[in-house]
Amino acid sequence: MLKISTNPHIQTRRNTKSIMLDVVIALIPAALFAIIFFGLEALRVIVVSVLGCVLFEFLACRYWLKVKNSINDFSAVITGLLLAYNLPSSMPSWMILVGCFMAIIVAKMCFGGLGKNIFNPALVGRVFLFISFPVQMTVWPTPHFLQLVSPDGQTGATTLRMLKSIAPEGELVAADRYSINELPSYFDMFIGNIGGCIGEISAFALLLGLGYMLWRKVISWHIPLYYIATVAALTSILYYATGDIKYLPLAHVLSGGLMLGAIFMATDYTTSPMTIKGQIIFAIGCGALTVIIRSFSAYPEGVSFAILIMNALVPLIDKFAVQRYYGEKR
Amino acid sequence: MVKKFSFSMGGIHPDKCKLTSNCPIEDAGLPDVVCIPVKQHIGSPAKIMVNKGDKVKVGTLLADADGIVSSDVHSSVSGEVLKIEDVAGSTGYEEKMITIKVEGDEWESSIDRTSKVIKEINFTPEEIIEKIRQAGIVGMGGAGYPTPIKTSVPEGKKANILIVNGIECEPFLTADDRLMVEHAEEIIMGARVINRALGIQNAIIAVDENKPHAIEILTRLSKLYIGVNIKVCKTKYPQGGEKQLIKAITGQELPSGKLPIDIGCIVQNVGTVFAVYEAVLKNKPLFERILTISGDGIAHPCNYRVRVGTPISYLIDKAGGLTDDVAKIILGGPMMGNAIVNTSAPTTKLTSGILLFREEKFIKEEASSCIRCGKCATVCPAGLRPFAIKEAVVYNGTSDELRKLHAGDCIECGCCAYTCPANIPLLDYCKIAKQEIRKK
Repeated sequence: MLKISTNPHIQTRRNTKSIMLDVVIALIPAALFAIIFFGLEALRVIVVSVLGCVLFEFLACRYWLKVKNSINDFSAVITGLLLAYNLPSSMPSWMILVGCFMAIIVAKMCFGGLGKNIFNPALVGRVFLFISFPVQMTVWPTPHFLQLVSPDGQTGATTLRMLKSIAPEGELVAADRYSINELPSYFDMFIGNIGGCIGEISAFALLLGLGYMLWRKVISWHIPLYYIATVAALTSILYYATGDIKYLPLAHVLSGGLMLGAIFMATDYTTSPMTIKGQIIFAIGCGALTVIIRSFSAYPEGVSFAILIMNALVPLIDKFAVQRYYGEKR
Repeated sequence: MVKKFSFSMGGIHPDKCKLTSNCPIEDAGLPDVVCIPVKQHIGSPAKIMVNKGDKVKVGTLLADADGIVSSDVHSSVSGEVLKIEDVAGSTGYEEKMITIKVEGDEWESSIDRTSKVIKEINFTPEEIIEKIRQAGIVGMGGAGYPTPIKTSVPEGKKANILIVNGIECEPFLTADDRLMVEHAEEIIMGARVINRALGIQNAIIAVDENKPHAIEILTRLSKLYIGVNIKVCKTKYPQGGEKQLIKAITGQELPSGKLPIDIGCIVQNVGTVFAVYEAVLKNKPLFERILTISGDGIAHPCNYRVRVGTPISYLIDKAGGLTDDVAKIILGGPMMGNAIVNTSAPTTKLTSGILLFREEKFIKEEASSCIRCGKCATVCPAGLRPFAIKEAVVYNGTSDELRKLHAGDCIECGCCAYTCPANIPLLDYCKIAKQEIRKK
């Protein structure tokens, strides 16, 4: 019996699952660096978050939506990893599960699952945890290189928090003021020897992941580059215009959630524009909002909010950011 | 380093799978019976000029072009007309065909059967176009547009350049490749004949870089002919698309709704150019062509010279036979060809290949939901957004909405559906959109 179908009769071997699997692979270096600096606690956060997300997706498919199980497309694993990377290593497990619920059930499955959600699920989970458990979400264990269990249980501040409350030269009055000498070196920021969420600390590990994704053509370079370049450009302008140390451009680029956000969250297919032109607009918007929130709000970090706000604008961007048609003069 | 030409917008790189590029063209021989469709071209079916019981020779006119957009059809064999009736074609739909019982192989005496390459063109442009018309030549790249129309420049337009399309970007197919290797000089002469008809001096033969043998031979020969140049193009699908090739060679883009002649270009497939050579300088009507039989479902992939009307099953048997594990047979290339059900159907002037695929390799996966990766828009060589066209079709968009998305500019290359990681049949939606636009 001969089969018939419409053309084309051949297809790439690249499918949703293989793309998602590549993203998981690209996220592995960041997990290793998280464990290198925060030990078994980081591993616990990652395992709980991934299992939580996969479990919620499984339950939603099986008992609520009654559709074909979608956990084997690996998208829930990515959400779990990204949520974990956005948490401090001291985060209690039950709170992580609350975040998983918000990410998978509320932000993803309520909208119809993979491809239909408007907001990045991991970021919804993180922001929910951030505003619900502000204390636990702003405790930053200090990193210890290659020690499975933190020897002292010390906590510190993130680079961005220090920048935001740096004391004017010569005075160090309050306890939540930091002196300029306390800032970690650029090398520590690059390699990840700083306080912060477990997956965001190492720019090096995240850039390795970016390289892998570019090589495998999972994403194009536009969103990460335009996002990071916008942040670098705006903080440079502010830094040189005001002379204020809190705008220190390279610190803004290397620390906080910028690398993680620009490489892995703003590039999420579903919640970013579909044409290159739209992606550039989206990335510049993310960069501008990040700098505005970091500079002028009460929060030291702005990447999550910036991306979520731009997520909401994606349908609008998609409507107007149309690529050039063949034969069309522009 | 030779400069390689290419189009800039979209495109994909499927596995080339050119299994037969080193297989010399073999004569497929004569089947017992041929079925010759009276419509092997775009336009109206030709008017039948023979009756049941008539004796015909190879090259005898069977059906006469009905109007301008139509084409003559000639007998590919000698023998007796058995019947003239509707027969199921390759897709199962019935078409009017002339069935001829093969008796011997007697050619019309006017046809020059020698292999000597004729290098003098002693015809006026009008005579050339008339000869092309009488030979029933149509665009052999797949479109089947009558060639005499394309070789006459309309009033008020001016031709600057003839582009001979030797790209053959479809995977598996090697018919054009072999034709260029074995009949390079004839193709160059064919290009000169068309140039004479158009009243121009410039012809460019565009060849894909994956055909080094053809490039070498053509480059060497073209030095002997003024005005014929070879340009090497990058391997990229759909480089052989008319609009993409014009962009690659001239750097110009054809505006929506315009014909190549509007910007001074004429694009002809190498097979067509070869047929023009044979028609004008050898008096040979178009009744045979080169086709590739290939795929993982056939024992002996090869290139055949095939008489029009030869049953597909005859060729499959000759190349090793149809085995049980063959799941799909495709006429043409894997990107734009059609899957067929009826192997007793005949080949036509437009059949560039017969591909047989086994189940395990070429099964289509089930479509899942769109993950909004945007890859379909990135690979579209027309700059369309197939995802948006799909949405518009699914939600019953009006033809105005579809027109706004430029759906009518889709060249149906299939890059979108090939690339889609969710296996969404995007090309099907684009075709529906084109139909909707045409309705209004």
